[in-house]
Amino acid sequence: MKISENWLREWVDPPIDSKSLVEQLTMAGLEVETVEPASSKLEKVIVGEVLAVEPHPDADKLSLCQVSDGAITLQVICGAGNVRQGLKVVFAQVGATLPGLKIKKAKIRGVESHGMLCSASELEIAETSNGIFELPADAPTGTCIYDYLALNDNLIEIDLTPNRGDCLSVAGIAREVSAINSVELNQIPCKTIKETIKDDFAVDLLATEACPHYVGRIIKNIDATAQTPLWIQEKLRRSGLRPISPVVDVTNFVMMELGQPMHGFDFDKLEGGIRVRWARAGEKLTLLDQTDFVCRSDSLVIADHRKAVALAGIMGGLDSSVQAETRNVFLEAAFFAPLEMAGKARSYGMHTDSSHRFERGVDPDLQVKAMHRATELLLDIVGGEAGPLTDAVFPGSMPARPSVNLRYARIKRLLGIEISKGEVEKILESLNMLLEEQEQGWIVVPPSYRFDINIEADLIEEVGRLVGYNNIPGSKEAAHASMESFSETRLEVNEIRAVLVTQGYYEAVTYSFVSPEIQAILDPQQKVLALSNPISADMSVMRSRLLPGLVQALQHNINRQQQRVRLFETGLCFIPKSGGLLQTRHIAALISGSRENEGWHSRSEAVDFYDIKGSLESILKLSDRQNYDFVPTTNPVLHPGQGADVIYKNEKIGFIGALHPTIVPKLDLTQPVFVFELELAPILESKLPKFVEMSKFPSIRRDIALTVDADVNVQLLINCIYSIKNEILKEVFVFDVYTGKELRNNRKSVALGLILQDFSRTLVDEDVDKLVSKILKQLKKQYNAILREN
Amino acid sequence: MSQELDNLLENASKAISQSVDLASLDSVRVAYLGKKGEITARLKNLGQISAELRPAAGQSINQIKLKIQGLLEARKSFINDQLITDKLSSETVDITLPGRGLKSGALHPVTLTMNRIQKMFAKLGFDTAEGPEVEDDFHNFEALNIPAHHPARAMHDTFYFGDGRLLRTHTSPVQIRVLEHQAPPVRIIAPGKVFRCDSDITHTPMFHQVEGLLIDVNVSFADLKGTLEEFLKLFFEQDDLKTRFRPSYFPFTEPSMEADIGCVMCAGSGCRVCGQSGWIEVLGCGMVHPEVFRHTGIDNDKFTGYAFGLGIERLAMMRYGVNDLRLFFENDLRFLQQFS
Repeated sequence: MKISENWLREWVDPPIDSKSLVEQLTMAGLEVETVEPASSKLEKVIVGEVLAVEPHPDADKLSLCQVSDGAITLQVICGAGNVRQGLKVVFAQVGATLPGLKIKKAKIRGVESHGMLCSASELEIAETSNGIFELPADAPTGTCIYDYLALNDNLIEIDLTPNRGDCLSVAGIAREVSAINSVELNQIPCKTIKETIKDDFAVDLLATEACPHYVGRIIKNIDATAQTPLWIQEKLRRSGLRPISPVVDVTNFVMMELGQPMHGFDFDKLEGGIRVRWARAGEKLTLLDQTDFVCRSDSLVIADHRKAVALAGIMGGLDSSVQAETRNVFLEAAFFAPLEMAGKARSYGMHTDSSHRFERGVDPDLQVKAMHRATELLLDIVGGEAGPLTDAVFPGSMPARPSVNLRYARIKRLLGIEISKGEVEKILESLNMLLEEQEQGWIVVPPSYRFDINIEADLIEEVGRLVGYNNIPGSKEAAHASMESFSETRLEVNEIRAVLVTQGYYEAVTYSFVSPEIQAILDPQQKVLALSNPISADMSVMRSRLLPGLVQALQHNINRQQQRVRLFETGLCFIPKSGGLLQTRHIAALISGSRENEGWHSRSEAVDFYDIKGSLESILKLSDRQNYDFVPTTNPVLHPGQGADVIYKNEKIGFIGALHPTIVPKLDLTQPVFVFELELAPILESKLPKFVEMSKFPSIRRDIALTVDADVNVQLLINCIYSIKNEILKEVFVFDVYTGKELRNNRKSVALGLILQDFSRTLVDEDVDKLVSKILKQLKKQYNAILREN
Repeated sequence: MSQELDNLLENASKAISQSVDLASLDSVRVAYLGKKGEITARLKNLGQISAELRPAAGQSINQIKLKIQGLLEARKSFINDQLITDKLSSETVDITLPGRGLKSGALHPVTLTMNRIQKMFAKLGFDTAEGPEVEDDFHNFEALNIPAHHPARAMHDTFYFGDGRLLRTHTSPVQIRVLEHQAPPVRIIAPGKVFRCDSDITHTPMFHQVEGLLIDVNVSFADLKGTLEEFLKLFFEQDDLKTRFRPSYFPFTEPSMEADIGCVMCAGSGCRVCGQSGWIEVLGCGMVHPEVFRHTGIDNDKFTGYAFGLGIERLAMMRYGVNDLRLFFENDLRFLQQFS
C-alpha cells in the first residue's frame, strides 16, 4: 500500500524525522519497501494564468498562448486540446527543470515560446494524463507549484502482510504509529450528516452470512460534473489512485482514509430496493471495466429488484454506474465477511482495492462513520440533499469479538524475556485492546478491526512487536549438543558426489519439470505427471528421469564451445503408478566429448562406454559392490551394442550406455553421449567391513588365453569360473581382450588371470593343473571356449 | 728400479685420469692390478730378486700399488659422481607443465551452501529430514494453518496438477511430515527444492530452501533469535555482521519474524542489491503456531518450538557474489567451474 507521509502526519505527528518513521514502520512489521519524494523540486515551475489563446499561424494542433506569471506576460506555444483563456495552468518557465527535461527558449514552427504548460504526467505526479494540468481558478498566479501542491512529501510504499488488513488505510497506519510512539491520534472530525430529505431505499440482506451489515443513503440533485478539489485529487494520486469523477474520488478517498471500500450507484438506474444475495448461476452482469461477468451460484451480488448491479465487494456494474449526467446517487458502505470474500476475486481472475480489503477484513463497526464522511465530502463538492441512512444489519452474523485469555507466564515462556505486567497492559491498551485482569493474567478483547487477534500467541506477538524484536536479547539455551550416530552401512549422498567430483564431474541442478518432447525421447514408454499451470510448455511435465535435464545442460554447454562435458545430478524423479506417485531419488551422469582436456601428454581421444562405466564402478565400489551386475539391455534409449541394465540383488535399478544413435540427432546433438542413471537408495546400502584371515602361504598366478565366440561376454566366463566352487581360487580377472582378422569365424581372444592360494600349505603345480583343467573343461562345455595355442 | 716404478706410476696415473667411464677405468685397473697386470707381474717377479733387496723392492711395489689403488678409487668416485650428475640433468623435467590425470570437477553452489548449513546445525543436534516435492494440499497448506482461500495462498504462486496435488511451495510441509511420525523433542533441518509459478530476472520457478524446526519443553523466541543471529554470523564469517529481526507474518508461526542482514555488497550504505535500504532479507521464522501443534497432536502447553526457512540461492548469491539467480540452473560449465 502506498501512503503519503504528509497525510499520515495529519493523523499522527510524532516528533521524529521521515527516516525514523519509516524505520519504525518496518520494525513494527509494516515493511516499508520504498520511500520516494512525491516530486522533484520543480524550480521555476509556477502557477500561470492563460490570458489569451489564438491558433498557431503555421500548425493546426498548436495554440499560441499569452501566459501571465503574475508579473509579466509571456508567449507560450501549447499543443494540448484543453488550453483555454482564463485557465490556471502549471507553467514551466525558461530555465525550469522538469523530470528528464530542461526548459529553454525555443522557436516552434517559426514562433517563439517562452516556457511550457505542463500535464500532470510531465510533472511525474501522475502516470498518465490527458492534456495539461488544470488548476483551480483560485490558484494564486506566480506561486511555485511545489509549494502550491504541497509536494514536499514522501510516498511510502508498505508491503503489508495479509494479516494486517486493518492497516490498509491512513487511519490504520496512524493507529500503529500512535501506539509505537505513545502519541495521541489527531481524530479527524467526522461529522454526522443529518438527512435533509426523506427519500430512502430499502435494503434486504438475503445472504447474511456473507453480508451482515449494509449501510445505504440517497443523495439527490447532485452536479456530477463538478471538479474534485485538488487536495483530494492530490491525496488520491499520492496513494496511487487516479482521480476520475467526484463520486468515485470521494468513495476512493474514504477507502484510503478510513479503510472502508464504498460504492456509488446512479440511483435512477436502480429499481425497487437493494438486495444483497447469492447470484443465480449464469446470471449476467457487465462490470465497470466493461467485462461481461457470468455469475456462479457462490457469487455474492448487490442486486436491485430486477437484476444484479454489482459484484459485492469486488466491482460495481456498468449500467448503474455514476456518469456525468447522473443526478441522484445511492451510496453503499457494507461489511462483507472475510471468509466469504477470501479467494473470490482471485477465482474470477480479478483483484481490486476493494476485494483486497474485504478479504483481509474491513472493520465491521466502520460503515456508518464512513457513510457520514463520504456524505460530508460529497455534499461539499457536488451539492445535493442527503436522505436518511438505511442501516441494515443482521447481528447474528456479525463477527464475534473474541475474548482471548492471556497468561502472564506464557509471555516469558514464548518470548524468552521478562516483561512487567504494567508494560504488557500499557502495550495492549495502546493498541485499543480491552483488558480485564484475572488470576493468571488477563482476558483481552481486541478492537473490531483486528481480525488477526484470536489466540494467546497473537497477543504475545503484539507485546513482542511493540517491545521491539531487536530489544529481545538472543539466547541459545534450547540448543544442546548430542552425540551423533554415523551408520557405516549407509552411505551419504555426499560421499558419492565426492567420488564423481574427483573424477572430473561437475554437479548440475536442473528443473524438476521438463519439456514433454525431450522427456518422451529419453523415456519413451513412461507415463508422466503433467502440471495444470506450467510456466511454459517446455517446463510442463515432471521428469521421470534426470536425463532430460542433463541433456539440456549438455546442449547448453556444447553451444558454448565446450569440448568436454562431464555432468552429474541427484534429484527426485516422478513416476505415476496406479494408486499413487513414486518420488524416487536418482543419480545420473553424462559424459561427451574428449576424455581429458587437451594437453601436452594426452591425445584428445573421445570418451567411450568404458569411461562412463569406470565412473559408475567407482561409485558402486563405495557400496555393496558384490551384488551388482551389468546385463545386456533392451532399453530403447541406449545403443543396443553399448548399453546395459544395472542389476542389484536381482532388481533392475538403472542403466548405463551410449545414447542410441538415432536419438542423438533428435536432441540437437551430433556427438556420442554416454550416460548412466540409477535409483539412489540401493547404492547407498553399504556393508560393514568384516575381517577375513589372510593366508600366510604364497599365491600362484596362472594365466589362460581363450578364444570364444565374439558375442560371449567376458563376465559370463568369469562367473563360470567362480561357479566352480574351489577353495584355492581367490580371484579371476581379465587382462586382455583381442579381436582381429587372424581370429576366424567371428571369434575373440580373452586372457584371464587366476590367482590361487591355500590357507594351510604352499600350492604345488599338481593342485593348480587339476583346477585349471576343470575350469577349461567347464568353459569349453558352457561357452565353447578353447585354450589358445601360442 | 725406482725410476721405472715412478714411470709406471706416472703412466698409470695418466691412464686413470684419462678414463672417462667405469669400463675404461676398469681396464686400467686390470692392466696394472689384474692377474696379468704390471704391478701383479712385478710382485710375482720378486722371487727372482735377492733376499736382501726383496723386502725393499716389495715395499716399493706395494707402495706404488696402494697409490694406484687410491687413484683408481678416487677416479671411480669422481666418475660415479659425474654419472649421477649427468643422470640427474638428463632426467630433469619442466616442473611447470601440468600434471597427468583427471582434474576434479566441483559441487554445485547450491549443494555447497546446503552442506554447510546442514553441518552447522548438525553440531546443534539437528538431523536432516526430507520430504516429497509433489505434495498434497494438507501438508503444504492446511496443516500449516493456511486454509483454502487464505490470502497467504495468493502469495504462493502454486503449481498444481489438477487433482489436489501440487508442487510444494516451501519446505515447511516437512515440519508436518516429521511431526506426524516423531514425538518431541524434535530438531530437524530439511533442505530441498521448492516451486513457485513465477519467472523473471529475480525469480526462477524452482529454488531451494532449508527448513529448520526445533520443538522441546522450553524453547523461546529469544532462543530462535540467538541461534539465527549466530548462524548468520558464522555463515558469512563476519563477527560484526549486522542483523535485525522484524515482525512479519506466516500463518504457521506466531509470533513471526523476518531477519535482515546488513547488505554485504555495500556494507549498509545502500546499493542496487539491497534496494538502497542497506538491509537484505535472508530468512523467515517464528514460534510454531498452536494450529500446527493441533494438527500434529502435540501438546502446546507442554512443548513450544521454533521454525525457520532459509533461501539457499539468496544466501549463495551473497556469499559468492553471484549476480543473477538464473545462473544456478543453466549449468554452464564456466559457472560451475568457479566453485572448484
